[in-house]
Amino acid sequence: MKIHEYQAKEILRKYGVSVPDGETVTTLEEAETAAKTLFSAGSKVVVVKAQIHAGGRGKGGGVKVVKSLEDAVAASKAILGMQLVTHQTGPQGQRVRQLLIEQGSAIDRELYLGLVLDRATAKVVFMASQSGGMEIEEVAHATPELIYKEYIEPATGFEPYQARRLAFALGLKPSQIAEAVRFMIGLYKAFIETDSTLMEINPFITTKDDKLMALDCKINLDDNAMFRHKALKELRDFAEEDPLEVEASKYALNYIKLDGSIACMVNGAGLAMATMDIIQYAGGSAANFLDVGGGANQEQIENAFGILLSDPHVKAIFINIFGGILRVDTLANGVVSAANKLNVALPIVLRLEGTNVEEGRKILKNSGLNFQVGTTMKEAADLAVAAAKGGK
Amino acid sequence: MAVLVDNNTRLIVQGITGREGTFHAKGCAEYGTRVVGGVTPGKGGTTHEGWPVFNTVEEAVKETGANATVIFVPPPFAADGILEAVASEVPLVICITEGIPILDMVKTWEIVKRSKSRLIGPNCPGVISPGKAKIGIMPDRIHKEGSVGIVSRSGTLTYEAVYQLTMRGIGQSTAIGIGGDPIVGTNHIDALRLLNDDPETEAIIMIGEIGGTNEEKAAEFIKANVKKPVVGFIAGQTAPPGRRMGHAGAIISGGEGTAETKMMAMADAGIHVVTSPAHIGETMATLLGKA
Repeated sequence: MKIHEYQAKEILRKYGVSVPDGETVTTLEEAETAAKTLFSAGSKVVVVKAQIHAGGRGKGGGVKVVKSLEDAVAASKAILGMQLVTHQTGPQGQRVRQLLIEQGSAIDRELYLGLVLDRATAKVVFMASQSGGMEIEEVAHATPELIYKEYIEPATGFEPYQARRLAFALGLKPSQIAEAVRFMIGLYKAFIETDSTLMEINPFITTKDDKLMALDCKINLDDNAMFRHKALKELRDFAEEDPLEVEASKYALNYIKLDGSIACMVNGAGLAMATMDIIQYAGGSAANFLDVGGGANQEQIENAFGILLSDPHVKAIFINIFGGILRVDTLANGVVSAANKLNVALPIVLRLEGTNVEEGRKILKNSGLNFQVGTTMKEAADLAVAAAKGGK
Repeated sequence: MAVLVDNNTRLIVQGITGREGTFHAKGCAEYGTRVVGGVTPGKGGTTHEGWPVFNTVEEAVKETGANATVIFVPPPFAADGILEAVASEVPLVICITEGIPILDMVKTWEIVKRSKSRLIGPNCPGVISPGKAKIGIMPDRIHKEGSVGIVSRSGTLTYEAVYQLTMRGIGQSTAIGIGGDPIVGTNHIDALRLLNDDPETEAIIMIGEIGGTNEEKAAEFIKANVKKPVVGFIAGQTAPPGRRMGHAGAIISGGEGTAETKMMAMADAGIHVVTSPAHIGETMATLLGKA
C-alpha cells in the first residue's frame, strides 16, 4: 500500500526523525495561509509540493521552490488540480488534489537513506548513498560500490554500530554522527513498527547549520499486515488508485488494469500472468490481470465480470480456468448468470480444465449463449485475439 | 521413487477443524496420504472427521508419530504455526496460507533456517508424488505417476504443466510448489537439488515468475550441477514494472526481476526455455523422445 509524502512525514515525526515544518492543503486559500504562516515565521524559502503517489514529481513540474508569498500562490495555482505527468503515472498523468506547503531548507549536502527487504538474504537491508536526489536504481546500476549496505539481524535489530558505519561512509562530520545514528535508528523503528516494505529518504540532507533532515520520504506499507494497523489502513487514498482496481479490491479480487483489448479472467497469479503472455504471443494484448483466486464462488465470478465489462477498451473476454479448489462448474454457473444479467454482447472465449470440467462444459453448452471454447490455452488465445480483432 | 512425500509420510493438519483444513485433509487422505491427526488449539481431545485433534503440535507429534505437517492457519497466525511445527522438529512443514506479513516471515525464516525442519511455502499449493501421496490443495486427478520432476512458484501454472504432460502420457515423480511469496522456505535451488539427486526423476520442469533473482541463481546451479534435461518457463513476460502481479513476490522493482533476464540466464544454463506456456509439455515430450 502506497501512502503520500505528507503522511510518511507524519509517521517520521512520531519517531523523532526531523522533517521540514509544513502543512497539507487542498484549496488555494489554504495554500496561501500556509505559505504566509511559514514566511512570517522567518522562512526565506517555501516549497510547494504536489501530493500524488507517483515518483518523479519534480521533473514533471509538481514541485516549486518560491521566495515570496505571490510566487507561492502562483505555484499553488499552477500545481493544484493539474494532471501531473511523471515517468510513473503514464501519459494521462495523475490529478493533483493536495499540496504540501513546506519550509525550505538551506541544503549543504543531498544524501540517500533507504530500508527495504533483501529477498536474497531474507533480511531487511539499510542502504545509504552519497548520491541523494538520484534514483537509487540508477546509482546501483552505475556505481554499485557507492551504495553502502547494512543487513539487519531480525533477532537483535538495527544496531548503533551499523548506523555509525553508514554515517561515516556518508562522510558526515564527527559532530553529526550522534544525530545521524539517532535519525537512522528512528527510521528503522518506524519501518518495523509500521510493517513497511519500503522506506526511502531521498534526499536525506545536511543543512548549512549542520542539521540532518528528511527532505522527502516515501513509504510503502505491507497490505498483508494492515489487519494489525487500523490507523495506518486509513491512510489509503482511493483517489490515487484506478477506480476499477478499487472496485475489484472490495470483492477481494486481484485485478490490475492494463492497456490492451482482451479482458482476462483467470484463477491463480502464475496462470494469470502466463495468460497475458500467451495473448501477446497470439498477437493481441491483455486489458487486465485478474486472478479470481482459488476459492471464488458464483457471486465473485459475477462481480469479476462486471469489472471486466466496465473497461471501455475491452473487445473480447478470455476466461482461462484451471479448476483446482475452484470447481469448473461453479465458474460456468457464474459466467452464465453474469452474461445473462449483464447482457454481455462481447465475444467470450473460454478454456476450462480441471475439477468438474465436464459438468462445466455442459452448463455452458445448455445455456444457449454464444461461447467459444478452446481446448488448449494456445487455441483459446488465438480465438480470443481473432474475436477482439473482428469485434466492434 | 519420489522426493519429500511418499508412502512413509505421516501427516498432521494444523487448522484441521477449519473449512479449508477439513476439505483438504479429506482430499489428501482420499489420495492415499496417511493423515494421522490434526491440531486446533482448544479442541484437543476431540475427534474431527474421525481424526484425533490435539491442542499443540508437540502433543500431536508425540501421539501420532507424524513426520509432516500442513498448515491451513489464517495469515495473522500462520507464521506462529510454522514456528510451532519447527519447535517440535517436524521434518517437513508445508504452509499453504497466503498473505503472511513479510516481517513475520523475516523473523520466522531466521529460526527455520537454523532448524531441523524443511519448510515448503508459504503461499504454495504443496507437494505431490503421483501414485503415492500428496500434501496440499492440487487437483490430483490430472497427475500421473512417472519420472518428470516439477518445481514452480505458481500453483495453477504447475497444474497446467502437469496436465500438458499427462495428456501426452508422461508421468511425474514429484511436483513441488515452492510458493509465490518473497521469502519461502524452499527455493528453486533447494527443490532442484532434491529432484537432481532423485534417481527416478529423469527430467525437470522449472517454472518461475517475475520478481527477485531466485531463477537466475537456480540457472547457475543447473549449469554447474544438473545433467538431466530441464524445460523452463517464466510467467510475467508482459507484466508492467512496479506492479505486484497477484503473488506478493511477483514484482519487477528497480529493474530487477524481469522475465527477460531470467529467461536469458536459464537459456545460458542450457535450459530449454519456452516463451509460451502452451509449449511446456510438448518441449518435454520432444526431449524425452515421446513427441
